[in-house]
Amino acid sequence: MAWPPPDSRMAPLLAVEDLLVEFHTRSGTVRALDGVSFDLRHGEMMALVGESGSGKSVTAYAILGILDTAARISGRVVFDGRELLSAGEKAMGAVRGSKLAIIFQNPRTALNPIRPIGKQIADVLARHGNVTAAQAQRLGVEMLAKVRIPDPKRRAAAYPFELSGGMCQRVMIAMALACEPALLIADEPTTGLDITTQAAIMGLIAELVASRNMAMLLITHDLALAAQYCNRIAVMHAGHLVELAPTRLLFATPRHPYTANLIAAAPGEGAGLDRLSAIPGTIPDLRRGDLPACRYSERCERVTPDCRTGPLLRLDTADGRRVACRHPL
Amino acid sequence: MISGTLDGNLRHALYVLGENPVTAAAFALFLLFALLATFGPALVPYDPLASNTAQALNAPSISHWFGTDQLGRDIFSRVVVATRLDLGIAIAAVALAFSVGTLLGLIGGYWGGWADRIIGRIVDTIMAFPLFVLAMGIVAGLGNSVANIIYATAIINLPIYARLSRAEANIRCNAGFIEAARLCGNGEVRIALGQLFPNILPLMAVQVSLTLGYAILNAAGLSFIGLGVRPPTAEWGIMVAEGASNIVSGEWWVALFPGLVLMTAVFCFNLIGDGLRDIVDPVRRT
Amino acid sequence: MPVLRRLLIALPSVMGVIVVTFLLTRALPGDPAIYFAGPAATQQAIAEIRHAMGFDRSLPAQFVDYVRHLSRGDLGTSLTTGQPVLSELAARLPASAELTLTALVLSVGIALPLGIVAALRPGSPVDHVCRIITTAGVSLPTFFTGLLLVYLFYYLAGVAPAPLGRLDTFSTPPPHYSGFYLVDSLIAGDFVTFRAALGQLLLPSATMAIFSLAPLARITRASMLAALGSEFIRTARASGLGRRRVVCVYALRNALLPVITTLGMVFSFMLGANVLVEKVFAWPGLGSYAVDALIASDYAPVQGFVLAMALLYVMLNLMIDLIYCLLDPRVRLDA
Repeated sequence: MAWPPPDSRMAPLLAVEDLLVEFHTRSGTVRALDGVSFDLRHGEMMALVGESGSGKSVTAYAILGILDTAARISGRVVFDGRELLSAGEKAMGAVRGSKLAIIFQNPRTALNPIRPIGKQIADVLARHGNVTAAQAQRLGVEMLAKVRIPDPKRRAAAYPFELSGGMCQRVMIAMALACEPALLIADEPTTGLDITTQAAIMGLIAELVASRNMAMLLITHDLALAAQYCNRIAVMHAGHLVELAPTRLLFATPRHPYTANLIAAAPGEGAGLDRLSAIPGTIPDLRRGDLPACRYSERCERVTPDCRTGPLLRLDTADGRRVACRHPL
Repeated sequence: MISGTLDGNLRHALYVLGENPVTAAAFALFLLFALLATFGPALVPYDPLASNTAQALNAPSISHWFGTDQLGRDIFSRVVVATRLDLGIAIAAVALAFSVGTLLGLIGGYWGGWADRIIGRIVDTIMAFPLFVLAMGIVAGLGNSVANIIYATAIINLPIYARLSRAEANIRCNAGFIEAARLCGNGEVRIALGQLFPNILPLMAVQVSLTLGYAILNAAGLSFIGLGVRPPTAEWGIMVAEGASNIVSGEWWVALFPGLVLMTAVFCFNLIGDGLRDIVDPVRRT
Repeated sequence: MPVLRRLLIALPSVMGVIVVTFLLTRALPGDPAIYFAGPAATQQAIAEIRHAMGFDRSLPAQFVDYVRHLSRGDLGTSLTTGQPVLSELAARLPASAELTLTALVLSVGIALPLGIVAALRPGSPVDHVCRIITTAGVSLPTFFTGLLLVYLFYYLAGVAPAPLGRLDTFSTPPPHYSGFYLVDSLIAGDFVTFRAALGQLLLPSATMAIFSLAPLARITRASMLAALGSEFIRTARASGLGRRRVVCVYALRNALLPVITTLGMVFSFMLGANVLVEKVFAWPGLGSYAVDALIASDYAPVQGFVLAMALLYVMLNLMIDLIYCLLDPRVRLDA
């Protein structure tokens, strides 16, 4: 039976509505995420793009429920028909790693340094599947083979420090996909790897995700990488989701000034280094008490006084795009 | 420029003290101990050595705040007078360990080679002993005197300084400011003492405070088992030892007060050490 | 193979220990023979001892002699008892070992859970208790804590027996199997003696435990906090692993590595504290043997004691090293 194609009338696999995350620190309250909404259909690949500190990873951790206990979270995260934010720790534990999995950056430190990698995969399988320890160990070796680790039986006994960064990331992928999740979140999966390994790892992830009809949320700061693998891109800036659009439309006609600047700042084919432009300014300090309504307004060339004072306007357009700007391009 | 950074350090230190009332209290306590060590003998109400058997083993009272011992000596006077000796031993020992240990570590870390290997071997050999046992052996070997208590305490504290300064010197021996000093035509000895040493000094200062506490404990422990200081000298370790037999018959004050003061002194140096670490090395706070 | 290599690494330490103990005797000011002969010796006796101990020969020759005696297990003879030092040390070792091991079990048994709970709930009352204990614990002079416990539990509360050795005067020692009274009385099925021995053991071992607990609890808390904040714990949680598995298997095993390293320092503390605690509680172990000999200016037992403690410490460190190798795969290959 063929998986139904992505269809806007079907209930989405993941719906994030008005997600808000705050941290109370000694130097003030940080609103790390403010009003983030998007949804993701079955089998869809979508990217979350932004500079470091824009709230991409916080979004992922909030969905998974692995944020620090000091975080205040509100809004709704509906995954597979289930509200996750109000689900208890026990229910979340059953979802994490089985239906909803994540790959982190820096695979070498993301794996337990003193536990054989085969055992670490088996731990996940034993937790979620109805399998014995021996079966879990055997399935773990199979998973290692599926992520194309040579000699998987021997490698299952290896420790992370005995493997290269790329190999460790393959182990992470095997761990994440072991229980056939419906959604894979890949949080900067190629950061910290060699340039040559990066393409191989990304290709492997995309191939495995496509062959299993899984959905993927790719978190990256690399717009080109996002464009290469994803049908839709959401751009984040300082905890706001500023623009969400199908990849082709986003590149052809960016509506948010920040998106346009990001595209201009990315080194493209045929564009010389002299044509690279930098985005002025930096992400504002989120601890500040006087943050403007539009957090990009201080870096924006189209700014008007109401950008700072008036509420942030979020426009949904007919072609399925969303832009959070008073003066879109 | 230098005065600017000094001023900044001072302001930072004052800020940390303000944030850390415990460290500030420890500093105040340290000042009190310093005062007692300096002026103690002039302040006490009784002669610490004068026995008065008619007043033997009196419980604490208005005339004898800490009570009297089996010879009728005033324990308060003895405890106060002992401050100079106990702190003196500890400070002398730590000063010795600090200067010799730091120098050895600098030589090993900066020049490396066979000097480093020999120094490393010496340090390892000291560390191969349980430290208090080594101190006992040294005092027993060199002869039972206060000077030898100081040497023994210095020797067992030496490895800490030698290792720390070796590691710090080793990290920095090719750092930019050292290269710059070399290019300016400075001699190696001058660089090691003039450039390297001031840079590792703050970290060593933390150790000084922490080892002072340990040195006091160690010296008191040695005299508790009858080494070094001899009766009738007033010293905290001996006083606790003298009061030990009175504990089982209920005369608690003979051992309690010297023990408490000893404990407070050690506690004070440990707190200052922790506080100094927060100032010097905020990253390693636990 | 790695075991062998580590044994080889320990060899220089053993050599260093032997050289230092040799030098300590020969560094005695004046004529060591006078020292060895004791305070009441005649000129004749001193001359005999000087010749018998080879003090009239060169230092290297004396050292060779010293090592030859050592290899035969000859540590000299105690002046006060007239017995060979080695056999006296061997006879007293079980008492010290029983005391130290009990103290170790106590302090590890309290420090680990305390440090772990403090790390799991930072800022909680348990955490504050942990911080107070770790700062105050290292400041307590062992001999003073011991006396304080005696006063509280023997004199005031009357629940502890008098601090006079391993057994009260009404009990007879159990038959000798291991030399540990607790073990031997159990083997003999003598529960009355077991209770008596345990009662005597509690205060001295608690005294030592209080002292060694602080560094252990401190490092447990710190390393557990570091482990819980690490990225692989985030991975484990993101994989849905249960809290017990995350804490006990993933975090704790990693956090134990620095704790095991710290055990070396703790052993150094404990072997030293042994001397003080044994004096306070009149415990007939190695420490009080050395203290008695020191007071009597009987040098051979002191030297034998220092050497024995140092060799014991080198062995303990070797053991810690090997355990660490077993637990951390990363050190197995290199080194």
